[in-house]
Amino acid sequence: MAYPGLVLANAALGEGVETHLFFTFWGFDMITKSRMTQLKFTPLGNTATHLPQGLGGLPGVTALATHTMKRQIAEVGVPEVPEFLKQIVDSGGHLWACRMSADMMHLDESDLYDSVEGIISAADFVEKTEGAQLLFI
Amino acid sequence: MPVTTIASRDIHVDGEGFLTNYDEWDPELAEQLAKQIGVDLTDRHWTAITFLREDYAARAETPGLRRVSHGAGIPTKELFTLFPKKPAKKMAYIAGLPKPQGCV
Repeated sequence: MAYPGLVLANAALGEGVETHLFFTFWGFDMITKSRMTQLKFTPLGNTATHLPQGLGGLPGVTALATHTMKRQIAEVGVPEVPEFLKQIVDSGGHLWACRMSADMMHLDESDLYDSVEGIISAADFVEKTEGAQLLFI
Repeated sequence: MPVTTIASRDIHVDGEGFLTNYDEWDPELAEQLAKQIGVDLTDRHWTAITFLREDYAARAETPGLRRVSHGAGIPTKELFTLFPKKPAKKMAYIAGLPKPQGCV
């Protein structure tokens, strides 16, 4: 699920808090140019959809759930992921990509959203955020 | 509801200082409110404030940053420059509106 991290980052920026986002593994699609506009939402593992979990694996359910999610997100005035990332960057937020994820997926900076400031290691991120409030989402 | 005195006027506010009565606001008061939080109002600020006032009048809900940016035609980056650090709250405060409730 892409939104919780983005909503929290946006809220922090709106409160004047310096904000850095580190995208790793399942979060990587959000900043990968070839994938970021085609993100899908699955009800699997998400009990908040109130659907039987067995439905999640059926053909077409992911597409339907994605469609519903997009409509509901738009109804509350929240942009889709690429536009949301732009708003976060425009608000002064910093985007970082995980070195290990990039290596595993054979991606480099040219494959990533232009506003990603760099591909850095987990240790780099920990160093960068020393003393900060860290959230893992 | 607390009452405070700004520019020799009694104004109804909430616990955080946001005005609670839409009609107690006027542009002169906005200048005073802006001064309280260190903002000098320019025409560009007024473009945003005017949009907030009109949008609230139409929807009875204080617009968030994204809605102001789209509606007033002011890029997000610029809103952060005009109303540093906490643009959504600062705009609402100066426009005499309740604190925005939305997450975005």
